[in-house]
Formats: sequence, C-alpha cells, structure tokens
Amino acid sequence: MPDPRFKVLTSASTSGPGDAGRTGSWRVERPIIDYSRCTPARTGKPSCHLCWLYCPDNVVSKSIEPTIDLEYCKGCGICAEECPVNAIAMVAEEEFPAGGKNEP
Amino acid sequence: MQQEPSRMIQIRWHGRGGQGAITAAKVVAEASFNTGFGGVAMAPTFGTERRGAPVCTSLKIAKGKIYDLSPIVSPNIVVVLDHLILNEVDVTAGLQPGGLLVINSPNPVETHALPDFRVAVANVTKLGIEAGLRKGIVNSGIIGVLGRASGLVDLDTLAACIAEEFRDRKPDENVRAARMSYAATQIHEPTPGGPDA
Amino acid sequence: MNHKMIESGNVAAALAVRLAGAEVIAAYPITPQTPLTEKLSQMITRGEMDAEYVAVESEHSALAVCIGAASAGSRSFTATSSNGLLYMSEQLHWAAGARLPMVMCVVNRGVGAPWSVWNDHQDAISQRDAGWIQVFAKDHQEIVDMTLKAFRLAELTHIPVMVNYDGYYLSHTYMPFELPDAADVKAFLPPYEYLHTLDPERPESLNTVTLPDARHDVNGVKRGGYMDIRHNLHEEMRLAMEVWEEIDADFQRRFGRGGAPIFDLYQCDDAEFVVVAMGTLANQFRDVVDRLRHEGIKAGVLSLQMYRPFPSSHIANLLQSAKGVMVFEKGLSYGNQGALFADLKSALYPFPARPTLHNFITGLGGREIRTEDLYQAVKTSCEPGNQSSPEQTDTPQWIGLQL
Repeated sequence: MPDPRFKVLTSASTSGPGDAGRTGSWRVERPIIDYSRCTPARTGKPSCHLCWLYCPDNVVSKSIEPTIDLEYCKGCGICAEECPVNAIAMVAEEEFPAGGKNEP
Repeated sequence: MQQEPSRMIQIRWHGRGGQGAITAAKVVAEASFNTGFGGVAMAPTFGTERRGAPVCTSLKIAKGKIYDLSPIVSPNIVVVLDHLILNEVDVTAGLQPGGLLVINSPNPVETHALPDFRVAVANVTKLGIEAGLRKGIVNSGIIGVLGRASGLVDLDTLAACIAEEFRDRKPDENVRAARMSYAATQIHEPTPGGPDA
Repeated sequence: MNHKMIESGNVAAALAVRLAGAEVIAAYPITPQTPLTEKLSQMITRGEMDAEYVAVESEHSALAVCIGAASAGSRSFTATSSNGLLYMSEQLHWAAGARLPMVMCVVNRGVGAPWSVWNDHQDAISQRDAGWIQVFAKDHQEIVDMTLKAFRLAELTHIPVMVNYDGYYLSHTYMPFELPDAADVKAFLPPYEYLHTLDPERPESLNTVTLPDARHDVNGVKRGGYMDIRHNLHEEMRLAMEVWEEIDADFQRRFGRGGAPIFDLYQCDDAEFVVVAMGTLANQFRDVVDRLRHEGIKAGVLSLQMYRPFPSSHIANLLQSAKGVMVFEKGLSYGNQGALFADLKSALYPFPARPTLHNFITGLGGREIRTEDLYQAVKTSCEPGNQSSPEQTDTPQWIGLQL
C-alpha cells in the first residue's frame, strides 16, 4: 500500500450510472425492450443480459426483466445492436410527447 | 583509498570463441577471491564472440575493491590458449616489462622466448587428452600453467575451483589436466637487463 | 546468513528479482539484457523461483503484461535495453500515469541507428520524462541492493522504478557481491498491494478518457482531471526522493550497506573541483581523483545514483561553492547538450556563486573510455584561467572522437 503521504491520484472511479453526468437529456432515440422476445424475461432465468454487459453507462439492470434507467441512458443504441434476439428497438423521442425525456 | 594500479594484477586472456577462456578466467577469479583478494573483475570482450574467432577476456585482481572497469591497457600477465593466435594477434601489446606470457603450445619454450618477458609454456592440448578430456579442452589445463608460473594462487585452491566449475563436466579429468600441465610447465626467464643487454 | 558469490551483473539482477519475490516476469530478450531474463526463465522452469514467466513477442507486450499483472495485484518485473526500451515507450507513460508499482531493469545500451549493442546511457536518458523513477547502479552489489529497494520504493510511492546498469561493463562482467538472506528481504519488503487492484466485486472505471476539468463521480466524490493527476505525479515524484532516503536508511540498518541513496561522494568534503557522472563511469573517476589529489588538486567525484526525480536542491547545495564542476555523460539531448549537464546547470542557476561548468560526452556506443583521457580532461578543466565563455560552457566537449 502507498505511504500515507502519497495521495496517488489516478483516473479511477466507481462505475455506475451517472459517471459522466445526467446524460439522459442527450438522448435522441429511446431503447424499448419487448419482453415477449427478451431471453431472461421470456425464460424467467438470469441469462443473456448482454444489454447489461455492453451498456457503456451501466444503466441497464441485471434483472429477469432488464430495465433501463432513462435518467442516464444517452440513447447510444449499443444494447439494441447487441441484443441477440432483436428485443430492443430504438424509438425516436418525439414518440413520447407526454413526459420529459426522463419520463417513460 | 584506492590501491595503486601497480598493485593490481591484470591478466589478459587470448583464446578462440568456444575455447573456454572466459570459464578459465572465472575459475582464476574465484580462486583469487577465495584466497583473500577482495577485488576481482572479469570482463569478456564485449559483444561479438563467434566460435573460432580470436577473443579476449580481462581479469583484474586486487586486495581491495576494483572501481575502474575499463579494459586492461598494460597487463602483468597474458595467457594464450592457442599458440596459433600468436600469428594473428599482437598478444604482448602493452605487457609490462618482465611480465609473464603463458602459452599453450606443442613447441618447446625456447621457440617462444622473448627478451622482455617471462614465458611459460606447456603442451596443454596433448596433456588434456592424456588426462582423459576430449581433444581441444584446454581451459582447465592452462590454469595449471598460469598457477605454476605466476604463483598467484596455490595449485590445490585452483584444483578445488576447477572441480567446482566443472562439476557436471568431467571434474576429475579437468583437475588432472591442470595438475599435469602444472608439472609440465617450462619457463624461460627474460634476458637480464632487457633486450639490449 | 549472507551469500557471497562471483557472478555477472545480469545474474546478480536476476537473483535480486527472485529475492524480491516478483510474481510475474514478462520480458523480451535483447542484448545485453538477455542473460538476465534467461536466468529468471531458467529458475522459474526449474522450480527454483515461484513466479509466472510470460514469454511475449515484443517489449511493448512485455510491459503491457506487467501493467496487467500489477493491476491484478501481482509484483511484476521486466527488463530491457536500448531500442527495446523505446519500443515500450508508450506503455512506460501508461504505467506511470496509472501509478502502477513495478520495477524494470534497463541494461543500458546505445540506441540505433546505426545498430550498436554496446553501452551508453541514451536509452534511459531519452525516457527520462516518462514519469518513471530512474536510479543508476555502478557495481554488482548496487544492482542487488537497488533492485530490492526499488520494489519497496515503487510500492510505497505507486510510481514505477527503472534500475539502470551499464551494459557489458556490469551486465557481462563477473564481480563479487553478497546476497542477503531471503527471510530478511521478506521482512524488508512487505507484500505487494496496489491501491486499485482489479476486483470483480468492486468494479472501477480506470484510466478512461479523463476530462480536462475535475468532476464529481456517481458517489459525489470529486475526481481530478488529467492535469490534476499529472500534477500529483510530479509532486509525488519529488516526494519520492525523501522516501528513497528513508528506504535506504532502513536497508542500511537491516543489511549494513547503503548510506548513499541520492549520490555517492568520493573525496568531495573539501573538493574545489567536482566531477559528476552516473553508473560505472563515476567509479572510473576514483583513480583519476586519487592522481589529481596526489598532484595537489582538490578534486572529488559525485556519482549520481538517482536521476529522476532529479535531486536539484541536494546537488545544488553541495556544488554551489565548488570552483569547477565537470559533468561527464554517455548520452545527450541532441541539438542541445548533455541532458544531465542541462539539469545540473538549471539546478545551480538560483545560486549567486555558482561554479564554472564543463560538459563532456564520452563512451557513446561502447567507444573505449580511457582513464588517461578522463584524467587529462579533468586536469585541463581544473587549470586556473580555464574559465569557459558562456558559449563554451554550453558546448559539450567530446572525448575520444576518431573523426
């Protein structure tokens, strides 16, 4: 371990939603999961979860029905690209006029 | 304080790549260290050792620590593992007047006599075969000649270091080669008063 | 129990690395470093050393493996020379910026083109700004002791350490040295721990694109930006000098050797003229100093043991009152002057009564350094009235040129 006189400042931080700020406002397209196709939701087993693994901002939960934290989801679409069963669709934000960008 | 350079024994070894000059110098370094020389530094020619090509190794021996690792300029002793190198290399370059030249040669010492230097000769190649070594193993034998002519380290210490160094490669035969070469060493003293006398 | 032996400098380094308990070795062979890595590989294969040897296809990969291993919580070691070090250059900066504690031996050799396998210091000098601590050994005992101390320094400061020793002059030369007892080394060097050891249970984002400005992370903790991280690397490298001195003092208490962590002085107490050099070259000056003293010239030699961080105040305090200082070096900052000379000159600048300075370049690519030539160079520089003009001061003199 370093000597107490050394702060050892590095670029290290806890991974998690919001590590790059409140990025939900950046979103142009919103990921929508079709649970009738999603592998863990359909089988009821903690499997696949590639959306959780690939999300660069850690906003997808590793649950039987994966959920997406729209407060921080910046709409990059990687989850939709990676989903092996095409269960995630990227839908234009204009389709959701009722709420703000953070409201479903 | 440093020792005077004159109190340092400087031995330059001439051999051919693969002949074991480095190993021989290392054995003499070990033996010297074991008999109370606190400073030894053995440095091979740097960089381009190729089998059969003339190579040279430096060995500095002193009572105290050695700080100057530059190549030997004026040796007290020159050791030649193959007499044919005499035709290719100026082995006595820088050798101090009265210094010792040790040669493995089939020819009698008189044929190698030089007015300025003590010359010691033994047919180490032949003695090595008689001791049971493969033809061309001369590095253990030459240590015997050097030991006899220089008096630097006694024969038993040299023999013990040879046995240790060659522990996986015919130790008894190598020790025997050194002892036989020691016994067979012929010495030619320099002309008194130098070459003009 | 101590173990005395006569071996090559490369073997001395390998035995020290084993004593230090290095767990991962990744290296690519290059002359004159090769026998060091061969010895480590051999000891591991024979079961005489408990470590993983990762054979790699390049020096870049060698250091990358060490970076991975050090991040994963293993004590790591690599070694190289010359162009191999330069091939690592990008990873050198990475290891420093990531504050990874590791040790590398650099067996100093001239840099191509043209190819040279022989010794000078250009390899290490050209990497002086990479954020690594650089120390220079001048005999086999120092290779052993410095390597052991370097692991502790790297781990206490979280800054990687480069242990330099001269190719051939030390790497291939056989000299006596002493190895400390393994149990004593274990007591001296606590187990390796990295502040950000990779742990699946505690994921972290490490060294990702780091913004120019500081920011608050998900937990509201303020995280420095690039510039803050780099500022601290510099400040803590300066602080590392103090830690190096403390480590040396502790080493001396335990093993009885040391006392010259920053520089090793010979006849400097009353010296009017001081030679400054690094590595074996510094030791070569001892005979020169003796000879000059015999002639009534009060000369001394300062062997610089630590080059980065540069001990500017230590060195300036010692040299400011000298009449003349001559810096001899085996490398230079092309188009300027000797790198060490420039560093030393800058350290002396704040002092009003600074000495006359001379810069000498010698021994590049293994050119023979004749002790007689060193003597002549120093003697001429000591002569009264031989004060160089500003232009002359800044123009290095080359010793032993054959043009």
